[in-house]
Amino acid sequence: MSDATTVSPEKAEANPGLGHPADAEWETVIGLEVHAELHTETKLFCGAPNRFGGEPNTSIDPVSLGLPGTLPVLNRKAVELAIRVGLALNCTVQPSTFARKNYFYPDMPKDFQISQYEDPINIDGWLELPDGRRVGIERAHIEEDTGKSTHVGGGGRLHGSGYSLVDYNRAGVPLIEIVGRPDLRNADDARAYVSELRAVLVAIGASDGKMEEGSMRVDCNVSVRPMGEERLGTRCEIKNVNSLRSLARAIEYESQRQIDLLASGVPISQETRHWNEDDGRTHTLRSKEEATDYRYFPEPDLVTLAPSAEWIEEIRAALPVLPAQRRHALAEAAGIAPTEAALLVEREQDEFALAAIAAGASPDGVVKHLENNLADGVGEMSAETFAALSAMETSGELSATQAKTVLAELVASGGDPKSVAAAHGFEAMDTSELEGILDGIIAENAEEWERFCTGDEGDQKKMQGFFTGQIMRATKGQADGKVVAQLLGRRRSG
Amino acid sequence: MTGASADEMSAHQIAAAVRAGERSAVEVLDGYLQAIEAREGEIHAFNLVTADAAREAAAAVDAAVAAGDEVGPLAGVPIALKDNLCTRGLPTTCSSKILDGWKPPYDATVVTRLAAAGAVAVGKTNLDEFAMGSSTENSAFGPTRNPHDPTRVPGGSSGGSAAAVAAGFAPLSLGSDTGGSIRQPASLCGVVGVKPTYGAVSRYGLIAFASSLDQIGPFARTVSDAALLLEVIGGHDPADSTSIPEPVGDLVGAVGGGVAGLRVGVVRELMVEGIAPDVAARVNAAADALAAAGATVDEVSVPACVYGLSAYYLIAPAEASSNLARYDGVRYGMRVDADNVAAMNEATRTAGFGDEVKRRIMLGTFALSAGYYDAYYGKALKVRTLILRDMAAAYDDFDVLLSPTAPTTAFELGAKADDPMSMYLSDVCTIPSNLAGHPAMSVPFGAGDDGLPIGVQIMAPALGETTMFRVAGALEAAAGGEG
Repeated sequence: MSDATTVSPEKAEANPGLGHPADAEWETVIGLEVHAELHTETKLFCGAPNRFGGEPNTSIDPVSLGLPGTLPVLNRKAVELAIRVGLALNCTVQPSTFARKNYFYPDMPKDFQISQYEDPINIDGWLELPDGRRVGIERAHIEEDTGKSTHVGGGGRLHGSGYSLVDYNRAGVPLIEIVGRPDLRNADDARAYVSELRAVLVAIGASDGKMEEGSMRVDCNVSVRPMGEERLGTRCEIKNVNSLRSLARAIEYESQRQIDLLASGVPISQETRHWNEDDGRTHTLRSKEEATDYRYFPEPDLVTLAPSAEWIEEIRAALPVLPAQRRHALAEAAGIAPTEAALLVEREQDEFALAAIAAGASPDGVVKHLENNLADGVGEMSAETFAALSAMETSGELSATQAKTVLAELVASGGDPKSVAAAHGFEAMDTSELEGILDGIIAENAEEWERFCTGDEGDQKKMQGFFTGQIMRATKGQADGKVVAQLLGRRRSG
Repeated sequence: MTGASADEMSAHQIAAAVRAGERSAVEVLDGYLQAIEAREGEIHAFNLVTADAAREAAAAVDAAVAAGDEVGPLAGVPIALKDNLCTRGLPTTCSSKILDGWKPPYDATVVTRLAAAGAVAVGKTNLDEFAMGSSTENSAFGPTRNPHDPTRVPGGSSGGSAAAVAAGFAPLSLGSDTGGSIRQPASLCGVVGVKPTYGAVSRYGLIAFASSLDQIGPFARTVSDAALLLEVIGGHDPADSTSIPEPVGDLVGAVGGGVAGLRVGVVRELMVEGIAPDVAARVNAAADALAAAGATVDEVSVPACVYGLSAYYLIAPAEASSNLARYDGVRYGMRVDADNVAAMNEATRTAGFGDEVKRRIMLGTFALSAGYYDAYYGKALKVRTLILRDMAAAYDDFDVLLSPTAPTTAFELGAKADDPMSMYLSDVCTIPSNLAGHPAMSVPFGAGDDGLPIGVQIMAPALGETTMFRVAGALEAAAGGEG
């Protein structure tokens, strides 16, 4: 009866390393749902403070505890922030309604969650990744957070614990749930998407984006399908991944697990899974059969939310320049490539870069120094000072090494590049001086010089490095690397 | 017949006398407490009588009068509160075991407004558990009896509040009305009962049964007292998102306004099936009285009304199943211990809720379930829209609509207790106004063949309270005139 080629799901799961090298035959499809806590003073439906941490059950009031008779009143600031998110994600902001999502959970005070279901506030947008690709946003809706349970004993898990404590400080904190379309294809895409989303949320002041504090949480839907297939495969949802690293690992594991199953002829069963950081695997949380029936219905205690066109435009006008726009500005002003632009924006150095370029610095030089030498910021230095230094380097007045030294001092204590260079005794070394030094080195290393001039490609390359090193040592690093390279090239062919 | 009340003064008269220093609030209160003492054992209108707190409140009113301070429009007027209205530091039970020991840390908005108006709360009245029922027999603390005939029910779910006024335990009381829970007991107890426009009175602090239908409203002996009480509790409340911004208007002034020129429609669909002949006869007599007072009276058809009951028994349980989910034993009230959370929830809810509440939770859970939503809840919402449309059409031609409040006079205790369907039919006339969110009230208009009170229902379009009170005033005058 049994088919020897069939691998049971359990067995496949137990052998994650089983692997099928022919993964090029499979395509992974990923759609992410990101929950971010909105940065408000008070909770979504009441005046209790919205703050992280604190003694358990201190940021509460009768409404956030869902006490009988209490009613929700929508927080205007939360709506404003939600609209800001929608506009930043290029969504349409529309009249929306609230619904009740019914399920029992000890840390959910009303045993239903107020969320948006049929008519979310934001629909149909997109997020631009640093490489210029767009990921579709299906919706970004408002909902309330739940409280938090702590299981005492039993290693912190419900199973085996002696008792559980519930903290309602987080209950009722406003969340925006951003539902992305299944446009992502691998773990790197997913990381890039979440990083970019976080950068946008932080830039617009909607959320602090702290995954480690749970203020941003990711659920990922993963499915695989044969390459070229249009239809989506059966998906599994991985709940509450709480770091970018876990996100990537969970996706890689899950997609391989599904490929292994499908390759062995075992169909994927739709289910909710949990990522376990310790064993590096996903585990079944609940299957489709035992999935909760949320019994959604319109929340009768709240009225339709219909922000006026004027208010929406007011919010739009107040939006800051977003990361993607900042990257575009770098590309347009100076032809800076997407990945480099992304790094400068991420490090908040793009404004400085644009100012330095405007003051006459070469874009290449700016990018090079900001990426390599100024990771920690630009300190005391003004963009004009940086441009002046860049000019000295371009003209050959300072070597790359000298420029780096001057730069470090300018960042630390300011000043002007010329006097800093002079104080270090940096002067441009003229070529005739270098020629003399090189003559001496050739005389001492005739054999090496022969190999440099007539050896095979590998030899030449090695010897180029050797002679450059000798010259640098002789000049105590004052020689300009570019000039040395030119000189060596000229002498060999001459 | 209604038991010797210590005080036959109206709420208006009490407040005027107290304000003028002619009577002390404490003295007024004592009269009512004596009436409670004399007959509460038989009637069981209250879950809790708060005599000491009431004396303090009354003394404070007297002190304010003595000091020449401003005292409110209900200065020194005793009032009974349905026990699903939250009262700070006082048990609020919904007549359910599941709320055992719970004391809300806040007052309902209406309770705050009553206190500000100088009213003196005398206690919390009995009700069908979580306001589900039409006889007040579904109380975990035992039934309330009809003061006119203690073998009979007072109606429900606000049976305790209706009985309290009818028995002379307080000149005023508050109830809540989800499908007729103020008007039907008002009719059966021979008092005035009002369900205001949805949103006209804040629901903050009213323990929810079906949020989209629930409204708090007054019981009183007279139409004018009901108007006064509604003026005090009505008006916008920022704590209730569904609260409407418009003020309730000059309702007391409207009572004597007369009905000359008003168009009154008697709803054909609510005068036929299941309506006792003596009840229908009283509605016709009321229509005649209004015509005699100068109104134009005609019959009107509101076809979708006949589906109201069915729609209501899907929508109300659906909302109730969600509203009552929070009674899970985790945070407050009763808890039955068990090995794990799910078992504890189940054991707590099994022991804590009565049969009718369980029946409706099951109904509502089913109606909202995936796969059944469209067939049941979704369809019920469509019926609700139809009723609104049909009623709007009727109000094109009529200022108010007239119907029986309840199909019969008060029935005997236990008569329908084992027959939910026949019990549900008690609300056939009152439900359409809840589904529509419109105001409606019951005004006593004579008695049935059995000598028990019969109420006539006046319905009006949203925010039509002033017109409704004009008609109610005229009916009250006509009923009095009949002797």
